[in-house]
Amino acid sequence: MDKKISRHEWKSNLLPALVMAGPVTLVLVFLVAVPLVYVGVMSFCSIDEYYNVVFKFSTENYVRLLNADYLKIYGQSLAMAFITTVLCILVGYPFSYLIARTKSKRKTLLYMLVIIPFWTNSLIRIYGWRTFLGTNGWLNGLLQFLHLTGEPVDFLFRQGTTVLGMVYCLIPFMILPLYTAIEKLDGSLLEASADLGARPFATFFQVILPLTSSGIFSGSIMVFIPCLGYFFVADILGGGNSDVIGNLIERQFQSGNNWPLGAALSIILIVMTLVLVKLYQKVGGDMDNLGV
Amino acid sequence: MSRKGKAKAKKGLGGVFCMLVYLFLFLPIVVIVVNSFNATTSKPYLSWKGFTFDWYIKIWENSSLLDAFGNTIIIAAVSTILATVIGTLGAVGMYKYKFRGKGIIDGLLYIPVVIPEIVLGISLLTIFTNVNIPRGMLTLILAHVSFSVPYVIFNVRARLSGYDNSIEEASLDLGANRITTFFEVTLPVLAPGIAGGALLAFTLSIDDVIISYFVNGQTKTYPLKVMESIKSGVAPDVNALSTLILVGTIVLVVLTQSGLFKKKR
Amino acid sequence: MGHIVEIEGVNKIYGKNHVVRDLNLTVEEGEFLTLLGSSGCGKTTTLRMIAGFEEPSTGSIKVEGESIEEKEPFERNVNTVFQSYALFPHKTIFDNIAYGLKMKKVPKAEIHERVMEMMELVQLGGFEKRYPTQLSGGQKQRVAIARALINRPRVLLLDEPLGALDLKLRKQMQLELKRLQRKLNITFIYVTHDQEEALTMSDRIAIMHDGVLDQLGTPTEIYEQPKTKFVATFIGETNTFDGCVSAIDGTDITVNLENGAVAGSGSGFSILEFLTVSVRPEKMKFSMEPVEGFSLRAKVKDFVYVGNVIKCIASLPNGNEVRIERLAGEELPEAGSRIFLYWEREDAVLIHNRDHLMFQMLENISLT
Repeated sequence: MDKKISRHEWKSNLLPALVMAGPVTLVLVFLVAVPLVYVGVMSFCSIDEYYNVVFKFSTENYVRLLNADYLKIYGQSLAMAFITTVLCILVGYPFSYLIARTKSKRKTLLYMLVIIPFWTNSLIRIYGWRTFLGTNGWLNGLLQFLHLTGEPVDFLFRQGTTVLGMVYCLIPFMILPLYTAIEKLDGSLLEASADLGARPFATFFQVILPLTSSGIFSGSIMVFIPCLGYFFVADILGGGNSDVIGNLIERQFQSGNNWPLGAALSIILIVMTLVLVKLYQKVGGDMDNLGV
Repeated sequence: MSRKGKAKAKKGLGGVFCMLVYLFLFLPIVVIVVNSFNATTSKPYLSWKGFTFDWYIKIWENSSLLDAFGNTIIIAAVSTILATVIGTLGAVGMYKYKFRGKGIIDGLLYIPVVIPEIVLGISLLTIFTNVNIPRGMLTLILAHVSFSVPYVIFNVRARLSGYDNSIEEASLDLGANRITTFFEVTLPVLAPGIAGGALLAFTLSIDDVIISYFVNGQTKTYPLKVMESIKSGVAPDVNALSTLILVGTIVLVVLTQSGLFKKKR
Repeated sequence: MGHIVEIEGVNKIYGKNHVVRDLNLTVEEGEFLTLLGSSGCGKTTTLRMIAGFEEPSTGSIKVEGESIEEKEPFERNVNTVFQSYALFPHKTIFDNIAYGLKMKKVPKAEIHERVMEMMELVQLGGFEKRYPTQLSGGQKQRVAIARALINRPRVLLLDEPLGALDLKLRKQMQLELKRLQRKLNITFIYVTHDQEEALTMSDRIAIMHDGVLDQLGTPTEIYEQPKTKFVATFIGETNTFDGCVSAIDGTDITVNLENGAVAGSGSGFSILEFLTVSVRPEKMKFSMEPVEGFSLRAKVKDFVYVGNVIKCIASLPNGNEVRIERLAGEELPEAGSRIFLYWEREDAVLIHNRDHLMFQMLENISLT
């Protein structure tokens, strides 16, 4: 009797479960969990004079990272991420609203036009901005042609330029969830609100905003967190004047060669991410709304 | 102002705003396309020296650029196939069966989606170094699989949420064994979700810079080639190739979209 | 006629849930058997065990005298019509119906012929190229039935197949299913919670309650001789009175109720036994004077008109309500009048009340 049940169990449950969930488990354990744990371990190690990792417990990396220079960059990175997110909301919300609620037949096209630019490599698009904004770039050409400026203006290598690049790279991650949330909004609710005497302004704050806040929250998470790591934007457009945490990590792994220090920086970044995700969950955000 | 007039003004204002946003989104693309026709030959290839098609021919002479592009396509294709198979099986398995540790696997899925890519990149770099896997094609494919799998799973899962389990039972009941049922019923019904996931995986792989940057070794992908060339100024042939890729993608999408419309169900 | 399905001592336990308890049931070849009960009574689980989607925890199931425990669902010669229809959304109606034959590797020409024939039989001719989403509920239902029947199963299992249809269509489909079953002479095991549906269609009805088979019998037997209080109240409308046997004279039994004494007939009861008396509203009688053997007073409260049937509601001294049903034009008491209730001894069904052992003990104590 036992044998019979176990055979049925095996064929209809255990074997399929193993075949189906096995590979994904291997990938997630060996290519996600183990590497991250290893980074955690490494963050408590140090290096010898040949830049080899020495596996001996120490907290020196974290102590070093509490130094004022580093703290300044965390602050700068968080501030730029915050400004980027706010700008993405300010531009993305009205834009998403307009295209999600348009009665035009070209709605799908309008939506696709947001995605199309992202089929071109992101680096080369950022470089396109550099070409446009540089001292002998298009914008300066235009300004000089219009006699608005005599000398070329250096738009590059400022924090503002990096923020512009970040907004450019990440704004679709704000627009897409907002579009989804706004499109789901039932038009009759807006009519009901107007019918009950609410002016458009009141309708917006009483009805539209609360019902689309999920889009704002998930969009914000998907914009804010990558900002902290997008070192190449800061490299190409900021030229070392607007480093984010990602730049610090990249330097330790590529040129600085102090992997344990880089690992500790990564752990700090992970902790920041987890705090943000917790915050997101606290305001009622659904994890399944993240990731496109 | 009359009610009608006000509405018209509002609409006009909205239209202008949207145009500005689209301008913002497409400006760098315009720069790329225009520069791909720039006749300049001196670094950093910024000033306009007249119109030429030369760069579109020179792409075919630049073997390192072509190699990088070829690598990107190979990596994207292989990692997409792997991620799609693993992700589809995983999504269905996790939907249908209960097993120990499922909650943990479920939680791990969100990590590649929320954690900044640079952290994933360096974590893979350290572990590959530790176990002495030579960095190159293999590590790039493994890395791309690791960050694509969750996206495939989320896409398939979205499709599964409206899935009626009894159609599989119906198939078994009508004499199909489990494997036939999977291919005859489960897979076709989930196909749109799987295709969406695969497309996303492919796109993510092709465009990935950050993670590839840490695990590539000597192998160059197209984005890494671009990154390298940025230091000395991006040559117009890179612009030309990017333009071709963009045009190719648009054509492909328009074709598949119109194909879908024709088949309407 | 032979036994086509034999269920012996089957139990099904999910964790702490005992869904089916010690079920013994034999289905005769060619009959229309209904498993009737409210949701969660174990009827669907029983059906799924016959189909092979669930494994009995203990006990055995035989089809055509052969144990099917070792057989996968796709190896069993039974087919199912699912509650949700479970049509394959990506296949045309033709391919849906042809699916089972395709799996059996029947030649293409034969598949085509048989599918077309089957589509005619369920009145779906001309729909072969459509997809399930393009059909109405009733049409989907026909496809689901055709898809199962085309395999010529020995037993067809139907899991609330008409549950999603509106009343009018349901009535029509009931007759059609019955017609199909007679014509094809296939054994039907039909699961429903709708007692009216069960009474209309079935040769025999098995009533399940909390995982237990309460009663198995023809619709008439079930209606006229319910064996448990649950069956009496579940099938049709009835008035029940809980009471205690106070006197036995041959088959004549006197029962003491809270509100007075009543009479019935039956055998196998003992003095002081706690039981339930069930009287159908159409059998309930009234009089202005006390009737011998009865002392049940009531006051007429209200009337409900349901087409040509009038229901009179009267209340007993303890507040319980009694229903009297008459055809329009027949005599009924006036509203507000005080009446005496009675019935013919043979119209009352006496039911052993096993459910309330505890209550019975208390009742005995208070009586002595």
